[in-house]
Amino acid sequence: MLFYTAQRLVLSVVIVMVAVSILTLMLHVVPGDPAVMILGPRATPELIERTREAMGLDRPLPVQILMFFANILRGDLGEDVFTGRAVSQIVFEQLPYTMILISVAILWSAACGIALGAYSALRRNTWLDTLSGVVSVGTISIPAFVMALYSVLIFAVWLGWLPAIGAGDGFLDGIVHLILPAFAIGVAWVGYIARIVRASMLEVMTQPHVRMARAFGLPDRRITRSHILKIAVLPAVTLIGTGVAHLFSAAVFVEVIFARPGIGALLVGAVNERNYPIVLGAVLITTCIIVLATLISDLVVALLDPRQREDI
Amino acid sequence: MSTQSTAAPADDTLLAVEGLSVDFETPRGTIHALRDIDLTVPKGKVLGIVGESGCGKSTLAYSLIGLLAENARVASGAIRMGDHDLARLAPSAWRDLRGTRIAMIFQDPMTALNPVTTIGQQMLDIQYRDRIGRNAKRARAIEFLEQVQIPDAASKLAAYPHQLSGGMRQRVCIAMALLTQPDLLIADEPTTALDATLEMQIVALLRDLQRKFGCSVVFVSHHLGTVAELCDDVAVMYAGEVVERGTARALFHDPQHPYTQALLDCDPARIKVATRTLPTIPGTLPDLRQPPAGCAFRARCPRSWGRCERDHPPLYPGAAGQRVRCHLSDPAEDAA
Ligand SMILES: Nc1ncnc2c1ncn2[C@@H]1O[C@H](COP(=O)(O)OP(=O)(O)OP(=O)(O)O)[C@@H](O)[C@H]1O
Ligand code: SF4
Ligand SMILES: [Mg+2]
Repeated sequence: MLFYTAQRLVLSVVIVMVAVSILTLMLHVVPGDPAVMILGPRATPELIERTREAMGLDRPLPVQILMFFANILRGDLGEDVFTGRAVSQIVFEQLPYTMILISVAILWSAACGIALGAYSALRRNTWLDTLSGVVSVGTISIPAFVMALYSVLIFAVWLGWLPAIGAGDGFLDGIVHLILPAFAIGVAWVGYIARIVRASMLEVMTQPHVRMARAFGLPDRRITRSHILKIAVLPAVTLIGTGVAHLFSAAVFVEVIFARPGIGALLVGAVNERNYPIVLGAVLITTCIIVLATLISDLVVALLDPRQREDI
Repeated sequence: MSTQSTAAPADDTLLAVEGLSVDFETPRGTIHALRDIDLTVPKGKVLGIVGESGCGKSTLAYSLIGLLAENARVASGAIRMGDHDLARLAPSAWRDLRGTRIAMIFQDPMTALNPVTTIGQQMLDIQYRDRIGRNAKRARAIEFLEQVQIPDAASKLAAYPHQLSGGMRQRVCIAMALLTQPDLLIADEPTTALDATLEMQIVALLRDLQRKFGCSVVFVSHHLGTVAELCDDVAVMYAGEVVERGTARALFHDPQHPYTQALLDCDPARIKVATRTLPTIPGTLPDLRQPPAGCAFRARCPRSWGRCERDHPPLYPGAAGQRVRCHLSDPAEDAA
């Protein structure tokens, strides 16, 4: 178990490094020079050259990447090109907004998805099962930004029940401002999770240990809970772990649409301004979180399933 | 003891299967998996059920505990236990019987236990009806693990099923079944998944514990040797019917039905050598969607004649007191 975790951590670091390297390469392909962006269109070529030098942009690409990693090791993610503030500070200011959004989306969609999937499996081939199947597949195929636009339109513009913009002030207002964005991001996941829980429940239900539990006259609810559901949620946990990446990309759109602060909004702004240090810093942190989420979900599976604990 | 041919007094009988027929509905037609089964399970005795694969042994076993597949239907007949007819029992009434009066041990110990729950928790769970404290339940669990000769029983409570060997897991299953102190223990090929040495150990254990606890056992097996060792009575099944039943002594020493004879003939040392599986007899089972009109064994029977094609044989009384579903045992044939 310990060895496995260590192995996974090393792998995670490698993944993060590869991701950051690829991103640096991509930024160089994108047209637009950061130095020009900072100095404006009327800067002299000498000034641009000096700024590029100061930012390290004149060095060969591999050197730039290596420098970036060396700085990371010192806890330095660079500075905002315009304000000179530390990137790490800016990123960690925005991160909580996105983390809360994603966590709430995961929590509500997992709760609803597991309940819906379990219900469908227990009442399979009834009209409610069919309906939940149709609704699930429907919501899965709607992108989060479309969901966001329509939920703003319906609940904020037409009905006026919920705020459309910002993250709110204070705790209660914050929660109210979370509802629509978390709904928009999570709704597809209700479908995903319901489908996977339903399928794995139907499989687990045919396993001999369930028949054995029946043979001892255990109450149906207990059989469902500790003999079927306890095993059937495992694939959903893995799905959520790998799905955190999708949640982040959905959060980018949703934060922009709802004008919410967060990593997504930060990233979009920084890309538009060619504010490379912020882009790199935000992507680095996001990648770390995504990789960490997969690791955590694997550990949760191992915690719930003693067979996995042995294997790994 | 008296043979089954003479109806046992009601108070000696724990369970009586009367004319039981079970169908499976499938997309390709109705499978008549059990047809007109008559059996009795005497109190405190072991009834063996033998027959080749697909003859309906498991279907019979599961119908005794109400765990038939969803596509199964009891077409006719009754299963009497006390005042209950198990063939027509409501689900809630079934739950009251299972794990109190009836328990079951399954074929594959590797998959019979919940893989994500400790042995101890599973043994506590099945005592959910008992109004005793958690510690008392734990003590009972340990006591029964000791009964099935699991070494260092107390430490096994914290183990997960995958940490135990197949033989150990089957012992745990037996311990769990006995812990509920059932009147009837159903064992569906409990040793088939184990190797020969383990099989002998488990059978010996089952025999000792059956004597100790005095419950009735329905023991389904492929293995004639273990049936001979363990069972008081035996029923031989073929294609969804009981073709011969009686005391183990009668069936093994004086088999009357050609199918029983073929099973024993294929086994040179008869029952003395432990054959792992039933011998193979040339030919295949008839299609259970359209069971043949005459004798079900006709196509494979070396002694069949015209009558076997026309008439379906009833259970005739046999020479050694057993019941035989073969026209050869028809007293009228002897007279002719
Ligand atoms: N759920 C089901 N649906 C349809 N047919 C079934 C079902 N269960 C069993 N059968 C059929 O009923 C017949 C009896 O099956 P059963 O499992 O009782 O045989 P068995 O004697 O236990 O065989 P084995 O020795 O292989 O365990 C077989 O023809 C089988 O294909
Ligand atoms: S009734 Fe006929 S076919 Fe059937 S077992 Fe007897 S002799 Fe064979
Ligand atoms: Mg079987």
